[in-house]
Amino acid sequence: MTTVALPRRRASGAALPSAAPGVAITYLSVIVLLPLAALLWQSQKGGADAFWQAVSSPDAAAALELTLGAALLVALNNAVFGTLIAWMIVRDSFPGKGIVNSLIDLPFALPTVVAGLTLLTLYGPYSPIGLNITYTRTAVVLALLFETLPFVIRSVQPVLLELDREMEEAAASLGARGHVVFRRIVLPNLLPAILSGMALAFARAVGEYGSVVMLSGNVPFSTEVASVHIYSQIQSDYVTGATAMSIVLLAISLAVLLSISALHRRSSKHVH
Amino acid sequence: MAITVRNVNKRFGDFVALDDVSLEVPPGSLTGLLGPSGSGKSTLLRVIAGLETADEGDVFIGGHEATLLPPQRREIGFVFQHYAAFKHMTVARNVAFGLEIRKRPKDEVKGRVAELLHLVQLDGLGDRYPSQLSGGQRQRMALARALAVEPEVLLLDEPFGALDARVRSELRAWLRRLHDEMQVTTVFVTHDQEEAMEVADTIVLMDCGRIVQEGRPQELYDHPGSEFVMRFMGQVNRIGDAYVRPHDVEIRLQPNGTTQAAVVERVLHMGHHIRVDVSVNGGAPVSAQLTRDEAERLGLEPGRPVFVRPSRARTFAGTPS
Repeated sequence: MTTVALPRRRASGAALPSAAPGVAITYLSVIVLLPLAALLWQSQKGGADAFWQAVSSPDAAAALELTLGAALLVALNNAVFGTLIAWMIVRDSFPGKGIVNSLIDLPFALPTVVAGLTLLTLYGPYSPIGLNITYTRTAVVLALLFETLPFVIRSVQPVLLELDREMEEAAASLGARGHVVFRRIVLPNLLPAILSGMALAFARAVGEYGSVVMLSGNVPFSTEVASVHIYSQIQSDYVTGATAMSIVLLAISLAVLLSISALHRRSSKHVH
Repeated sequence: MAITVRNVNKRFGDFVALDDVSLEVPPGSLTGLLGPSGSGKSTLLRVIAGLETADEGDVFIGGHEATLLPPQRREIGFVFQHYAAFKHMTVARNVAFGLEIRKRPKDEVKGRVAELLHLVQLDGLGDRYPSQLSGGQRQRMALARALAVEPEVLLLDEPFGALDARVRSELRAWLRRLHDEMQVTTVFVTHDQEEAMEVADTIVLMDCGRIVQEGRPQELYDHPGSEFVMRFMGQVNRIGDAYVRPHDVEIRLQPNGTTQAAVVERVLHMGHHIRVDVSVNGGAPVSAQLTRDEAERLGLEPGRPVFVRPSRARTFAGTPS
């Protein structure tokens, strides 16, 4: 009797009230979709010409170029060092490993302004080590590196943990030396995780505001990033310019998210 | 000798995995390392492969000192229980891996891969990924991959342990045939005495990090050197000080002077034979194995008084009674 009753109870127990989909969709609309639609509408108000003009104006283009360039640099840097750190945490044992492991999330958990201030204390005008990098592009990259540290590490770590060590032993028994095993066996299995960590770091770097604003000096044509550019456009009442740039950032984030999910679909095809 | 292991010790922390183990494996043989889990059989195989290093002792492969060589330079093929398939490569690329590492010409690699896939009966599956193969197919792929580099010795660690019973028995017979064709020195690890008896020329039985007895399967079964060997190689009864296999327990309806009185407790039909559990003198139960004809002739049923006699028994000096 129980065997018959069980699936039924489970089916009715798992079901939510029939209004649930409506509630979920309304909630998502109010919180996400409506504001996005408003932004899109606002950016189109002046017509395509005004939109294009706002995005391609020399200061906007410079900000966008800096933002994308720095984000790409940061993502590539994270791919290398993030993988290295994840490897160290998973494969090596050393004293204080637990502390290192929990330290990694700190940059992400810290309020971004605090992160900026932290860096400013060390690398600002009152630097105890006499190193002042404010008003340079190095400052932008450094702030972004600080903020995006965890992404690659945290996406590679679980994959590395699950990686079948016997694959590496098999490769070694077939004559592959350490670096060949890494390049031909380990890396291909980590690559999807590295790329998705890079994409997240890139998306985060494109939108970062708080830490960059503290450190970079926000000089137009030099150290002003896209998010700061948007803020300064709003400050000078140029709404079309601000919304147009926002739409560009939005499109980039969306493209990155879509490419991550496409990547996951592709890589999960053979690996399981 | 194809493999010589001399006085090898290996500890993992406080646990002694190998305790002064010495072993000689002749060329072209098929040897089964048999033992319960934790007996050190897999560790011994991994020490031979160079996947573990011995704390003390020497390993020779093909007459060359290999004790300090990394696995890459030992000329071995290794097959793992869970296949260790390179999941991101096709079956053909998996098999080709060792040859590509050795930078063999592309045409040669292609021809050799096709040959090996044919040998392991995976023709036409070269373009699949391991995830698209069954367990048995994956293990055959792993075997082809190990054989591709023409190893001096082939080492298999519980190769059929992850497969279901039917596939396992198919692969056992197939491995035996393959070995007879290829004549490559092979050592495999198993905890299943039936598997060892079915596949191996020589069984090396291990317990607690030591080799307890080695010899042909029949030798270990018929002439066990200790109670442990006797028990591990098959079912066994204890009647007084004697150890008796179930098929060596004779059941009679009349006493003949050497028999002991017993009572039938259970009669089980096992398919090709009948198992009869009796209690001797109201003591420990004894299992007897009878043919169907014998059991029918005796008309055995629970509660029936009978007389039993071991037709062949062994005693071991120093075993507690």
